[in-house]
Amino acid sequence: MDFLFYLDDVFTPINFGLLLLGTIGGLILGATPGLSPTMAVALLIPFTFQLEPQQGLILLGAAYTSTVAGGAVSAILLKIPGAPANIATTLDGHTMATKGEGAKALQLSFLASAVGGLFGVFLLIFLTPVLAQWALAFGPSHLFWLAILGVTVIGTLDSSSVVKGLLSGCIGLWLATIGFDDIMGAQRFIFHPAVSGGINVIPALIGLFAIPQVITMFTKGRHKAEAEVIEVKRHPIRLAILEVARRKTALAIGTLTGSIIGLIPGVGGQIAGLVAYDQAKKFSKESEKFGTGHSEGVIAAESANNAMVGPSLVPLLTLSIPGSPTAAVLLGGLLIHGIFPGPDLFINYPQVAWTFIDSMLIGQLLMCIFGLYIAGLAASVARVPHAVMAAVVLGLAVFGSYSVQNSMGDVYVMASLGLAMYFLERFGFSAAPLVLGLILGPIAEANFIQGSMIANATVGVGSYFFTGWLNWLLIVIVLASVSYSVWMEIAQRRYTTKDDAVAKEEALP
Amino acid sequence: MKKWIAGAVMALATMSGSAYADGHEAYPERPILMMVSYGAGGATDFQARIVTMTAGNEDALGMPIAIVNRPGAGGRVGWNWFATEAEADGYTLGAYNIPHFIAQSIEGGVSYSTDDFEPIANWGADPAVFVVGADSDFNSMEDVVTYAKENPGGLTFSGAGLFVGHHIAALQLEKAAGVKLAYIPNNAGGAGAMRAVIAGEVLGGVNNLSDAFRAQAAGNVKILGVFDLERNSFLPDVPTMKEQGFDIDNASVNFRGVMVPKGTPQPIIDKLAATVPTMFENSRVQSRMEAGGSPMHIMTRDEVLEMWAARQETLEALLAGL
Repeated sequence: MDFLFYLDDVFTPINFGLLLLGTIGGLILGATPGLSPTMAVALLIPFTFQLEPQQGLILLGAAYTSTVAGGAVSAILLKIPGAPANIATTLDGHTMATKGEGAKALQLSFLASAVGGLFGVFLLIFLTPVLAQWALAFGPSHLFWLAILGVTVIGTLDSSSVVKGLLSGCIGLWLATIGFDDIMGAQRFIFHPAVSGGINVIPALIGLFAIPQVITMFTKGRHKAEAEVIEVKRHPIRLAILEVARRKTALAIGTLTGSIIGLIPGVGGQIAGLVAYDQAKKFSKESEKFGTGHSEGVIAAESANNAMVGPSLVPLLTLSIPGSPTAAVLLGGLLIHGIFPGPDLFINYPQVAWTFIDSMLIGQLLMCIFGLYIAGLAASVARVPHAVMAAVVLGLAVFGSYSVQNSMGDVYVMASLGLAMYFLERFGFSAAPLVLGLILGPIAEANFIQGSMIANATVGVGSYFFTGWLNWLLIVIVLASVSYSVWMEIAQRRYTTKDDAVAKEEALP
Repeated sequence: MKKWIAGAVMALATMSGSAYADGHEAYPERPILMMVSYGAGGATDFQARIVTMTAGNEDALGMPIAIVNRPGAGGRVGWNWFATEAEADGYTLGAYNIPHFIAQSIEGGVSYSTDDFEPIANWGADPAVFVVGADSDFNSMEDVVTYAKENPGGLTFSGAGLFVGHHIAALQLEKAAGVKLAYIPNNAGGAGAMRAVIAGEVLGGVNNLSDAFRAQAAGNVKILGVFDLERNSFLPDVPTMKEQGFDIDNASVNFRGVMVPKGTPQPIIDKLAATVPTMFENSRVQSRMEAGGSPMHIMTRDEVLEMWAARQETLEALLAGL
C-alpha cells in the first residue's frame, strides 16, 4: 500500500499544477494529428531539466496518459488517428460523429480510457514483479507467431469481404518492405528519396484515413450545402456512464487485451486497440453492428489503448529495459536526474517512483474529467460545412505528416497513399487492414530472421519455432482465429456482389 | 576562470577569424537544427539533447539548438539525408556515430563517406562491453571463448545491428580469439539486444557500456570485458579485452559528436569548432551526463579529423575480409 502513502505528494500545489498542465497539454498534443505520445513526451523532456526529478516525472507521466487518450479526439471527429493506437477508434467513432453522435462517442471513449487506464496502472502497482517475467517470456519465435496472429485479424477487420481484407493487408505488408531492411540493411524498392527511410507509419496513417475523406467532401461541391447540416445531438454524461457500464464484455475484453499486449516489448501500443476491437467484435452478440457507429467498438478500442500505458512501463521500471519508444523517452527523463530504474528503484527512490505512479493514477481521472468537458464542445465540429471541414482536415494532414520528422518526403507519401486509398475504397477495400499489414510486416520479418539466426546456431529452425508451450499456444490461437473467419465467411456468405458494391457506392454520403 | 579564458579565446577567434570573412560574422542569427539519426529516447538522442541544452547561453552560440530525429536502418536514413539534402549553411548540424557511419560507407549502398561531412567536435565515447546474464556460467572471456571453441558457430550473442560498433567489436573478438561466433543483430537496437541477453534468448551480448552499467546495477547482467584500450572509470573492476589476452583495440568505441555537411562556409565551421567544445565543458552539461551514466570525451575538430582518418583505415582492414 506504499502508493497510498505517497499519494499526498501529488496534491502539493506545484505538483498538482504540473499534473494539470501535463494533462491539459497532453490532451491538446494528443489531439493534434502527427504528434504521437512519444513525440509529445520527447518535446516535454527539456522542461524537466529545470524541475525536481519527482516534478519532472509527474509532468511526463500525466502527458503520456493524456496524449494516448487525446488521440481519440481527432480519430473520432476528423477520422485522423493521431497514433496507431487510435486506428480502431476511427472505425466506429467517426461513423458515430457523422451521425451527429460525436459527443456520445467522445464521452464513451474518455470513460473507457479512464477505466482501462486505471486498471493498467493498478496492474503496474500490484503485479509488477510477476509481470516482469511475462515481459521477458516473449522471444523472437513468440513475437513472430504473435505478428502472424495479428495478420489473421486482417481478414475480418472492417472490409466488405475476407478476400478484400486480406488483399489490402497484403498491400500493407508490401509497403512495409520498402526502405532499408532493419537487420541486414539491404535496400528494397527505394524508387524515390522520400521512401528511403521506409514508409513511416504516422504519415501513412494520416493519408490513408484522412485523404479519401477530404476528396469525398470536395467532390460533393457546394450545391448540396443545405442538405449537409447535421443535427448535433446533446448527450448527458449520465447516459454515457450507463452505456459504458452496460457494455461490460467490450470493456472487459478491451482492458484485458490492452494490458496483456501492452506488456510485450516492441509490439504493445500499436496493435492493442485493433486486436481488442477485433476480439470484442467476435465475442459480441451484435457483431454485425460493428463499423456502423456501434458503441462497443469505441469502448473496446479506447479501453485497450489506455490499459496498455501502465503495463508498458513494467519492463522499464523493473528491468531497466524500455519496452516501447515512449518508455525509452521516459528512461531519458529518469537518467537525466541520475535515477537508474531497476528492481531497487522502489527502495532507493520511493518518493520519486511512487509519486510518478500516483500521478498517472490521478492523471487518468483528470484526463477523464477534462475529456468529458471537451466532448461537449468539440462535438459541434460536425456542424462545420463540408467545404471548410475538408480544407481544415487537409491542412492538419499536411502539418501532421510534416511534423513527424520535418520532412516533405513524408507529406508526399501521405498524399500519394491517400489518393490511392480513395480509389481502393471505391472498390470496397478498407484502410484498417492495410495499416495493420504495414505495422505487422516488420515485426514478423525481423523476428523471423532473428529467430532463424539463433535457431541455425543452436537447435535448428524447426524446433526453435515449434517447441515450447508459448509457441504452441500462439499457434493454436492463430489456427482458431483463421477457422473462425472461414466459418463466418461460409455461414454468412459475406460476398459482395457487383450490385452490392454499386449500392454501397451510391449510399456513400 | 577557465570559462572566462575559453570565452575570451572564442571571442578572439571570432574577431580575427570570421569577422572579416564574407558576411558570416553575425552567425548564428536564428535557431539551429541538429539531426540525430536515431529515434527519440535512444542513447545518442538522449545525450544530444543534454550537450546542446546550453547552446542558447550568451557565452555559447546565443541561439538554441533543436533536435530533429530521422531514425531508420541503423542511422543510414538520417546520414543519407544529411549528406544529400541538408543545407550547408551552418543552420543544420548533425550528430555522428563512429564507427557506425564509416563502417556503413565501407560496406556500400549509402551516399555518404567521411569526405561528405565536416566534424565540429566530439562529446562522448561509449565503449562496447561483453555482457552475459546474471545467472550465466560464464565468468570471464576465457570461459566464453572456450565454449565457442567447443561449439564452433554455436555461441549466440546479440548486438544492436550490422555495421555498428557492436558488430565491429564482435568481428574483432572473432579475429582475436580465432573462433567462429553467431552474432545476432537486433532490430530494436541496444535495448532490444540487452533484453535478449536478460531473457536468456542468447548466451551473451555486446552492448554499450552506459546501458550495461545500468543493467548490472539492476542485477540483471555480468560484464566480462571492455572493448577499449583502458579500463573505464564507471567500471574500474572490469578488465579490458587486452588484459584477458585478446588483441583488441578501441576501434569499436562509439564516438558521438557534432558535424556539418561538406560545403558549409569555412568561417562558420571555424566559429562552431571554437564554440561547441566549450559548450560541452559547461558544468551543468557535465553533471547531467555523469548522472545519466554517459561517459564524456571532449575532442576538438582537429582531434576528430585525425580520429576519423584512423578509424577509416582500421575499419577498411577489418571489413575487407567480409
